[in-house]
Amino acid sequence: MTGLALSCRINKKSLFDRKHYFYADLPAGYQITQQRLPIAVNGSLAYSVCAGKKPSQVITKTVRIKQIQLEQDSGKSLHDELRSQTLIDLNRAGVGLLEVVLEPDMSCGEEAATAVRELQLILQALGTSQANMAEGQLRVDANISVHHPGEPLGVRTEVKNLNSARFLAKAIDSEIERQIHELENGREILNETRSFDYKLGCTMPMRDKEGKQDYRFMPEPNLPPLLLYDTASLPPGADPQQVINIDWIRERLPELPSETREKLVQQYGMLPEHSFALLNEVGLLEFFQNVIKETRAEPKKVTSWVLNIFLGFLKQQNLAVNESSQSPRSPARSSFTSGESVGRTDQKQGACCWSASEKCHGPEPSPVTPAALAELLSLLDRKAISSSAAKQVFEELWRSKGKTPSQIVSEKRLELMQDEEALERVCHAVMEEHPQVVMDVKRGNSRAINKLIGLVLKATLSRADPTVIKEILEKKLSS
Amino acid sequence: MLGRTLREVSAALKQGQITPTELYQKCLSLIKKTKFLNAYITVSEDVALKQAEDSEKRYKKGHSLGDLDGIPIAVKDNFSTSGIETTCASNMLKGYVPPYNATVVQKLLDQGAILMGKTNLDEFAMGSGSTDGVFGPVKNPWSYSKQYREKRKQKPHGEKEDSNWLITGGSSGGSAAAVAAFTCFAALGSDTGGSTRNPAAHCGVVGFKPSYGLVSRHGLIPLVNSMDVPGILTRCVDDAALVLGVLAGHDPKDSTTVQDPVKPFTLPTLTDVSKLCIGIPKEYLAPELSSEVRSFWSKAANLFESEGAKVIEVSLPHTSYSIVCYHVLCTSEVASNMARFDGLEYGHRCDIDVSTEAMYAATRREGFNDVVRGRILSGNFFLLKENYENYFIKAQKVRRLIANDFVNVFNSGVDVLLTPTTLSDAVPYLEFIKEDNRTRSAQDDIFTQAVNMAGLPAVSVPVALSNQGLPIGLQFIGRAFRDQQLLTIAKWFEKQVQFPVIQLQELMDDCSSVFEIEKLGSVSLKQ
Repeated sequence: MTGLALSCRINKKSLFDRKHYFYADLPAGYQITQQRLPIAVNGSLAYSVCAGKKPSQVITKTVRIKQIQLEQDSGKSLHDELRSQTLIDLNRAGVGLLEVVLEPDMSCGEEAATAVRELQLILQALGTSQANMAEGQLRVDANISVHHPGEPLGVRTEVKNLNSARFLAKAIDSEIERQIHELENGREILNETRSFDYKLGCTMPMRDKEGKQDYRFMPEPNLPPLLLYDTASLPPGADPQQVINIDWIRERLPELPSETREKLVQQYGMLPEHSFALLNEVGLLEFFQNVIKETRAEPKKVTSWVLNIFLGFLKQQNLAVNESSQSPRSPARSSFTSGESVGRTDQKQGACCWSASEKCHGPEPSPVTPAALAELLSLLDRKAISSSAAKQVFEELWRSKGKTPSQIVSEKRLELMQDEEALERVCHAVMEEHPQVVMDVKRGNSRAINKLIGLVLKATLSRADPTVIKEILEKKLSS
Repeated sequence: MLGRTLREVSAALKQGQITPTELYQKCLSLIKKTKFLNAYITVSEDVALKQAEDSEKRYKKGHSLGDLDGIPIAVKDNFSTSGIETTCASNMLKGYVPPYNATVVQKLLDQGAILMGKTNLDEFAMGSGSTDGVFGPVKNPWSYSKQYREKRKQKPHGEKEDSNWLITGGSSGGSAAAVAAFTCFAALGSDTGGSTRNPAAHCGVVGFKPSYGLVSRHGLIPLVNSMDVPGILTRCVDDAALVLGVLAGHDPKDSTTVQDPVKPFTLPTLTDVSKLCIGIPKEYLAPELSSEVRSFWSKAANLFESEGAKVIEVSLPHTSYSIVCYHVLCTSEVASNMARFDGLEYGHRCDIDVSTEAMYAATRREGFNDVVRGRILSGNFFLLKENYENYFIKAQKVRRLIANDFVNVFNSGVDVLLTPTTLSDAVPYLEFIKEDNRTRSAQDDIFTQAVNMAGLPAVSVPVALSNQGLPIGLQFIGRAFRDQQLLTIAKWFEKQVQFPVIQLQELMDDCSSVFEIEKLGSVSLKQ
């Protein structure tokens, strides 16, 4: 599925190999991988980066996918510097992994981080993985080199131990800087593995990996070639439990993020950058769609409220939307023994261990439901309340769970005056009380009318719609 | 009772002529008396007793699980047995107790078989003598047989002055000796280059190697994944077929087993061989072949011909390359498979903790014998990037040619091939060790290892006694997955040759009742 989503050519026959090396977290002394013939090759991943300062200036870039391969995970090494020992956690050893190899088509940390972000969204949409970097569900290693334009690629270093897209970008940029600095000072770049030091904000060489290794690749004798079929090549009478039909899977590919964003723009007339923002937060899109379903307010209004106000509150208090349903399990199972990558918590150096079965405690869910926001926006749409009143209601919704917007509105007496006549009387009264301001308006001072509006609002305890006030005032002033 | 076939004993159990615990006691007592053979590394007395008691309960209720219920068996010590030490006759795994049963072991236990113990072998199944394990060599029971001793003009009641005792062959020597000495009715061996058939021939028992992919390797500690198969050792062909019926079939834990369902079967009794075509590969007429074996081979061919079968000479042209090819592929896979023994998770770990590398090196030096280390080094050499193409890939290509040789021969109408199993009868240990393991393996595997490279089924059937009074076996090689047909023909042949029973009475004065060759007329074989 992932291969298809990334426009790869799926190899109908792929092979497994053993990659041999000795390391404490590799219990078999070899890793099963797909070196000779991986399952998918030659794809591409499109992502959008900001060209300039303005969020609307986005351009689409592509990074080529070299291949996707299936392989085994190793265990986990925890280095205890204090006691000069290494602790080995073998819980994840042997579990199946999917490795996506990208070509060196990206040129800075931001491009890489954005590409990875887009890949995460795709993997989540497909159900292949939750792809949460902090939880180790998605691990990224960066290979970085610099060269003068026109010359071949320089010597590369590999940077590991990155557990967020942000740090990935930082690590890459700092490594680029370091390499340029080294080369400009006449030194050479070593082909080595480095890790990113979060505190120092730069890369450091890793002790363990040294020199070039001969992995003595050998075909994995216990796993026959992996054969996939398409409708044309499916053997007759084949047991559907035993064969995988690429065409069948292709037909059932879920909507990819780029499609989803396109649809949002078309359907709701929102700006592209808004569609990105909606997809970037887990569960936000679904929240948005649920609100839209239950209100007749304009989509643009909904978009604005969800992205600015709702999201703002969420971020301020570090909450998650928690509206996302469980990701479905990857349906592409094959008939040999290979597990899926399950969420594992990441271990910081020297910190306590989490058991592999516990999920990391995530943020608490937001207190405002789509239904509540929908109701609020409907009130606003009907002009039952003013904009500023709506914001007050929202704050109250956030604080006190269980109350509906309508309840809050009546509790706090935030209903807009519906009685136009009464409002006209107030306007008239204000105009009487402030002849100087009226004169200013008539003289052409445009800002003066706002003062009048403000006075009327005050008189109505903010329970009037400023737009309506302005209309009435203008009508009176012109008569 | 111990001299009977599996089916006969099974019938006796069902009819209540003997109980599982009685049978267990007889076998156990014989195991103890034959301890000097060194056939067993671990005797699982208590476990087996419990199994026997459970079996007895089942028989009392009339709910026996099948033909194997209550039958004592033995398993080569490179199969994982849950809760029972599994060593592969190596320091590396001394004290290692697996948490699970190999699939084939589980299948036997599910049928109610009684696991008497784990048998001795060459370390990690590398060898053709069962002489190179850390628990010492296995002695061929025929060294103590009346037939052998009479020929050597030794006093029948001689002490175990066995300084010149004979090897069993290998690497499943312990299993072969256990079966030959009547301590169990069937034993599991493994066969990578002949390790089941070779000791079977030297010990005068039936050694069967199933088609690759027919029987699960899950739990068989691997030597060469693309050639290993579990092997079956029994005292007659019919028994081997019975055990195969229990073991064969797809195992989801072993992706190299075929999916086709296997139906249980009974071997038909062949009476007419006139429709058969027997192939005699001319390249197997090796100069090192002893004249005795050659003569029996010839006689066997003539026997088939005289009974109406078509016997023709065939050619397997790439035979001469098979030893070298086998050596490259075997050592390469060995190097890979042995990489897991690093002392970290299980098995032996040395005392050095200066660094991980130092620990690996010492652990592996202490844990493995020379033979294993030699093969690891060779294998890694062949797998190096600069050598891979010239050695490993080339050997794979040659392997394909060798396998095709067999395909071509079978396609031309041949049903089975008839060849020797070994170059000669069993040699004394003192003579055997004059050459190193690698040389011996290269010599002794000559007739057997091409079969492993082609993944074909093969069986060694004891034919007759040599001039020294020692067993000689001949090998039948069948088409892939035609194991039943192969065994059917072998069964016919076995009936024709009437191989004599080993006479060990003199050695076990107080156990002579065990060895009475009873007349079997009264035993009913109905289920």
